[in-house]
Amino acid sequence: MPANSEPAKIEKVSIIISKGSLEGVYPGLIMANGARAEGMEANLFFTFFGLDAVHKARHEHIKLATVGNPGLHLATWAGGLPGVSSVLTHYMARKMDALDIPSIPEFVEMIADTGAGLYACKASADLFGITREDLIEQVKDIITVGEFYDLAAGGEIIFT
Amino acid sequence: MPTVTYAGTQVAVNDEGFFTDPEQWREEMAPLLARQEGIADLSERHWQVIKFMRHEYETKGTGPTVRVLGKTSGVSVKELYQLFPKGPAKTAAKIAGIPKPRGCI
Repeated sequence: MPANSEPAKIEKVSIIISKGSLEGVYPGLIMANGARAEGMEANLFFTFFGLDAVHKARHEHIKLATVGNPGLHLATWAGGLPGVSSVLTHYMARKMDALDIPSIPEFVEMIADTGAGLYACKASADLFGITREDLIEQVKDIITVGEFYDLAAGGEIIFT
Repeated sequence: MPTVTYAGTQVAVNDEGFFTDPEQWREEMAPLLARQEGIADLSERHWQVIKFMRHEYETKGTGPTVRVLGKTSGVSVKELYQLFPKGPAKTAAKIAGIPKPRGCI
């Protein structure tokens, strides 16, 4: 490769969302949406507690982790008090709304509209007793890890 | 800074092909810019987005992101990606002769 040639552009990403907290879900959504905005192909794979982001009954109730989250600069004992997680989640939601950052359900729906593929992890669905009916309609399928790798072929894989 | 000739006029663009001076843009340049982005024909719906991009840029000084386009241009996110498969905000900005919109969402 000549010294001055630019590296090839990323053309495809597969993003894994494995956490069920607010700060665990948003980064993967932002990266998927951003990838589509740049014209890249994007797939999202929801696994373990990340499944909550596409769970009909739970995706509106994803909370900020206030325990074991040193970035919050809040004592762990205080973060564990009843209601603290809810209050801080509301505070965060207000700040995000002011910046026009969509809520998780709205964001996931928008990402599906961009043409990104949404998939749920079979092992996690089995583990939590989650079926297709529990998930929002935008989820294309519940797939195995092998099927995920097939979908991800030829692109970058990002684990969040 | 590279220059390119569109519709008989020399214009300044950046490395990615975005106009550095939106004042140099003329409507008759759009079909050629669109073809470079893989869009063979500009429909009325394409034009609605392109004109909206220019209007937003002229009033706000920056082009809208896909989310803002979806909420305010009268064209849904789904349709925006059908019209501009390589990224609606980015592609429409290039065709509309305005800088690439900056914004993470």
